[in-house]
Amino acid sequence: MAPEDDSAADAALLADLRGVLGDRARDNDFERGLYSRDGSIEGSSPAIVCLPTSAGEVAQIVRICRQHRRPFLARGSGTGLAGGAVPVGRPVVVATSKMDSIVEIDTANRIAWVEPGVLNLDLSRALAPQGFHFAPDPSSQQVCSIGGNIANNSGGPHCLAYGVTTAHIAALEVVLPSGETTVFGGLDAEPPGFDLRGLFVGSEGTMGIATKAAVRLTPNAPAVRTLLLDFDDVSEGSAAVSAIIAAGLVPSALEMMDRRAIEIVEAFAHAGYPTGAAAVLLVELDGLPGGVDAGVGIVREVAQRHHVGHVRVAADDAERALLWKGRKNAFGAVARIKPDYYLHDTVVPRSRLTEVLSKVYRIADAYGLIAVNVFHAGDGNLHPILAFDRREPGVDERVKAAGRDIVAASVEAGGVLSGEHGIGLEKRDYMGMLFSAHDMYTQDVVRETFDPDGLANPLKIIPTGSRCSDSFHQHVPEGAWV
Amino acid sequence: MSAQSSGGSAPPSGGASTGSPDGGASLAANIAAEVTAFAHEVGSSDPVTVVGARTHWDVGGTPLAGTREVRAPAGVWEHEPSEMTVRCGAGTTVAELSAHLARTGQIVPLDPADDAATVGGVLACGFSGHRRLRYGHVRDLVLQTRHVDASGKVVTAGGPTVKNVSGYDLARLLVGSLGTLGLLAEVILRTLPVPAATQWLAGVGDPFAAFGLLYRPSSILWDGMRTWILLEGDPTDVAAEAAKLESAGFGPCDGPPTIPEPGRESRTSSGLRELAGTPGGWIAEVGIGLVHRDEPVQAAPVSSTNAALMAQLKQRLDPQNRLNPGRRTW
Repeated sequence: MAPEDDSAADAALLADLRGVLGDRARDNDFERGLYSRDGSIEGSSPAIVCLPTSAGEVAQIVRICRQHRRPFLARGSGTGLAGGAVPVGRPVVVATSKMDSIVEIDTANRIAWVEPGVLNLDLSRALAPQGFHFAPDPSSQQVCSIGGNIANNSGGPHCLAYGVTTAHIAALEVVLPSGETTVFGGLDAEPPGFDLRGLFVGSEGTMGIATKAAVRLTPNAPAVRTLLLDFDDVSEGSAAVSAIIAAGLVPSALEMMDRRAIEIVEAFAHAGYPTGAAAVLLVELDGLPGGVDAGVGIVREVAQRHHVGHVRVAADDAERALLWKGRKNAFGAVARIKPDYYLHDTVVPRSRLTEVLSKVYRIADAYGLIAVNVFHAGDGNLHPILAFDRREPGVDERVKAAGRDIVAASVEAGGVLSGEHGIGLEKRDYMGMLFSAHDMYTQDVVRETFDPDGLANPLKIIPTGSRCSDSFHQHVPEGAWV
Repeated sequence: MSAQSSGGSAPPSGGASTGSPDGGASLAANIAAEVTAFAHEVGSSDPVTVVGARTHWDVGGTPLAGTREVRAPAGVWEHEPSEMTVRCGAGTTVAELSAHLARTGQIVPLDPADDAATVGGVLACGFSGHRRLRYGHVRDLVLQTRHVDASGKVVTAGGPTVKNVSGYDLARLLVGSLGTLGLLAEVILRTLPVPAATQWLAGVGDPFAAFGLLYRPSSILWDGMRTWILLEGDPTDVAAEAAKLESAGFGPCDGPPTIPEPGRESRTSSGLRELAGTPGGWIAEVGIGLVHRDEPVQAAPVSSTNAALMAQLKQRLDPQNRLNPGRRTW
């Protein structure tokens, strides 16, 4: 392994990469800085940044990294929130942003073959004329990439009805850590063998680099209705969430915002959100018109039983878009309170939402932080935002400690570590809250089958110490939170 | 492979079900005790196979002679209707699970042809039912698995909530692995509401055109001549979609045709068109690409790279080849 700051080793590696990529292999400080962080609060510098334009180039990069025994990691748009794309071990970053073509739209099989750098919303826009879309819709969908969605098994508001990314990937072309290229899954009904496709989705780049994906196309619903409900009491709002689901409805989205979130979103989006309400629910129903109308009736009735203030039904697409604009931009709007934020992601049983939410507020108070909650209530997926100012001394430690307490409170309530952001660096040391040592050992055995040398995005997901051989201890950079 | 059911043992309903939740810690302790007892039974040394209802005993080959048979725990252990999740022993029959969920108007659309099949058996085979077009692959109904590995230890994968990306998705690896990587002891599955209305229609209309006409039909079956379509949902929507089909030459019918077994030929959806005019004995799932035949079908080969990875996974997870020896998935 190359020791830290071995400039001769870096130079030799760069020369080989330039042989393949020319000036698309870069080591200037500016670009290494650009690729040193993702959407999390961690950072660490890569040795070299590569911008391949084809699967063949990705395979050559991986083979060169193997020859130099240098870690590599794929990066999409860098919007990941768990530190999965933070370069650890002075690696080569393989940025997929130049691999951004929609190769084929096959409506007969309801599949599109896309490169990993295609942006999520661009794909759905390209499919719209044929009446389809790609169902996973993270809030970052204007900028996040399909490759990133695959790495993190991403979700989004509409995954309540349609399922997360894994349900929407039929096949993957993958460059394995060995440098070989293969295809997992297939367009046929029951590809033979183990489901390596399902294993790869969500593996955060630790099993190789996806260079092409066959994504499933979801037909656009003939009818869509969006409702905004406001409540004087957060617990009534939470109870309404459970009651809507218990009534046999599966809304396409069921989102909740708390008082602070409503205020900042309204100041930004001017969508007519009821400032002063303790909570709002944004409920979307889609499908055929009869079921949608019946669903609207059920939501109204349930909401009234839970003392709803107002029920606003968006009159047209423009009003729907306005309501969603507020929701999807809520995180950026937090800048109105504090310049920095740390966005969390845990899941709890719906019946425990009220209890865990009140714990989140107490935890934030105890650490002198401001908590804002905007989240996927329908599937119990909490997204507490801790707003802070990085310039305050010691604030990073308080933010991390509060984060840990929130994760612990969620797991105690029967929840999990992450609903859709992944484990990355941020939560790898929390894996033991949910899994036994033997569970993690088994996961690591499976990972190691794909990457025996530990070169593919090392030190992510599985905590160090799960195996006897932790060859990357020496590569943890100073200051990286691992 | 021989016929679908090699007959034999009664379904394992005798597995000391804990019945409905009697609250808190004692339930959790009972479940843990059942899973632990199963792990002890599996042990860590000799060849072992898990028996469900034997409805698909020959899939992927039969266990080698002398392989010891065990049964997974059975019983519906926890069902929280408002969470839309259910926890059960892998040895629970689909019939028992369905009956339990029906009380609160819910389903898990595993849909085996014979509901004496066990939940663990359906998942180990990875065979989705005829409503996959609407509800997706059976693997997407699985939230958490607890299995016994080759060393006789219990491994948990996934999580109990409806959404979860905590760690590697070993649960998906197990679905369809025929018990060769681990033996399922317990699962948590996602439930769905029973559709308010259900209607089968049949006719000689073009199934591909019908698929394009409908919004999310539940099933389209085709034998090369005749097409059967299942509509589910709100009554007014089902009536409106049925009216569209009636003007395309379809009419109401009682239900689907008998789906031939044991052959499952895996094609692409568009690849089904080539079957038009070929001799009978098959039913295809339009929109999915699966062709059910009354004769066994040779599985397509896997690439040498994938075969090597799969063999490595098997070797690392079961170095003595003691889990379902004689069976393979590729």
